[in-house]
Amino acid sequence: MSFSPALIRQDFPIFERTVREGKKLVYLDSGATSQKPHSVIEAESGFYKFHNAAVHRGAHQLAEEATDAYENARLIVSKFLNAPGGSDEIIFTKNATESLNLLAYSMGNAEGTNRFALKAGDRIVVSEMEHHANLIPWQQLCARTGAELGWFSVTPEGRLDLSAIDSVITADTKVVALTHQSNVLGTIIPLEAIVARAHAVGAVVVLDACQSVPHMPVDVAALEIDFLSFSGHKTLGPTGIGVLWGRKNLLDELPPFLFGGSMIEYVTMTDATWAMTPAKFEAGVPNMAQAVGLGAALNYLSEIGMENVHSHEVALTAYLLEAMREIEGLKLVGPNDTHLRGGAISFMVQDIHPHDLGQYLDSQGVAVRTGHHCAWPLAKALNVPASTRASLYLYNDESDCDALVHAIVGAKKYFGRF
Amino acid sequence: MQLDSLYQEVILDHYKHPQHKGLSSNFAAQVSHVNASCGDEIILNINLEGDLISELTWDGQGCSISQASVSIMTDLLTGKTLDQAAIILKSFSDLMASKGTSAGDELVLEDAIAFAGVSKFPGRIKCSLLGWMAFKDAAIQAQSRK
Ligand SMILES: Cc1ncc(COP(=O)(O)O)c(C=O)c1O
Repeated sequence: MSFSPALIRQDFPIFERTVREGKKLVYLDSGATSQKPHSVIEAESGFYKFHNAAVHRGAHQLAEEATDAYENARLIVSKFLNAPGGSDEIIFTKNATESLNLLAYSMGNAEGTNRFALKAGDRIVVSEMEHHANLIPWQQLCARTGAELGWFSVTPEGRLDLSAIDSVITADTKVVALTHQSNVLGTIIPLEAIVARAHAVGAVVVLDACQSVPHMPVDVAALEIDFLSFSGHKTLGPTGIGVLWGRKNLLDELPPFLFGGSMIEYVTMTDATWAMTPAKFEAGVPNMAQAVGLGAALNYLSEIGMENVHSHEVALTAYLLEAMREIEGLKLVGPNDTHLRGGAISFMVQDIHPHDLGQYLDSQGVAVRTGHHCAWPLAKALNVPASTRASLYLYNDESDCDALVHAIVGAKKYFGRF
Repeated sequence: MQLDSLYQEVILDHYKHPQHKGLSSNFAAQVSHVNASCGDEIILNINLEGDLISELTWDGQGCSISQASVSIMTDLLTGKTLDQAAIILKSFSDLMASKGTSAGDELVLEDAIAFAGVSKFPGRIKCSLLGWMAFKDAAIQAQSRK
């Protein structure tokens, strides 16, 4: 069956509603959060209706079923990412932000000869295009350990500047943490040389895959990275569920961060030892129904095929970029072709402030995001304090792009009156 | 269109032709406020002569609502006493909290009643209050230094 956004939309109940006095909902804000198909909503509520119990704890049938459902979700995630060590490599968190903080705090707990123990003279490398979620945890880890933060800068076109890779990823570098696809620029970063250099100096590579896992095939084994995070809610899944993937041997060496129930092996009044990976990193009763919902979301995506999702989005991005070129006064923030580029498209229109543009687009039923998109340093580096972002997903089609373009032209007229 | 209640002519006019923009070289207090959710920034300088607000100047960047609001505010508050300014500030804050149910007190707010429509757009209330919160802060700092 061929790829049909119109058919896909029928799976998403939210598209049955209208916005702003009867206007068709043109949802171009999936980069912030995606909409949810029936199957996800039903999986989540089905867990509560039929199987609800605390996983890994109760001595009864419901607890068995809940545990099965939760662990099955873990298996689905591991297959979706092609995790070489299987489902033990999948840690459930509440979102990507928590995944990255978990990693940074766990590294901060490492001492002595542990490979993650950081000290003055060590280096952590990020880039200028990071979302705050993959910047501030590392800034703070540096502040706590005395390690130094280094970064790749961004070219005016919105690509990573890899020209000085060896002097950015120095011999002292222990962690290289990068966004796979920029949530502002849409840029997909080329990983091969970065991973090779990082591993050559003994650093681990952490990928913030918030904007890639929902939109293209991501195979952690093929990418040869070490850790990866993404958020369920951007991947058709529920809110309150995120993933940290890590190589089994690395997760085994990494100390835990959150302590409490379910993450222990043995406890006395004065001491405790830890459960195996991944339980070691999942203290307390987790977001069970949400994990099950995420499993349903990934199954939905797998059925459509991530290759198909990606090629649809690239084609749609090409269509929208082409249409935007025709709008006088529109300036793109980010690459203007689809080479290594996904469907997050940020732009400015003349001197209309993005917040005002976004307000006008909203009045036409077109939902976008405006501002610095949680990447303030990038906004400063590109000298674009704020922009408007349209982000595409599998349920968008050319008519959504047309509606956006039409509304931008309308906004120019509306604000051009003065 | 509902949008017209937000984008009043006087607002867009102040946005295109901001008043008191450009920072004075001396000041009793200078404050800088940002709206972290969208990146709008305002720097505000205040000068006092006794209890009188003798000068308000500002610089900044942001959307039409935040920039017009600070422009109209500086127009309105210059030459007022600190007590009068506090009353106006309270009246403006109440208007912003009114969720579209109040038209505002024109005798107190003058041109600033143009922002009545903003109170219907929850996402924009912070924009219109940015300059006013900067003023509140600046007034306190200037007084504590006297
Ligand atoms: C690239 C990137 N990284 C991290 C995040 C943080 O995701 P969350 O807020 O779901 O934790 C986002 C979401 O905006 C993102 O786009």
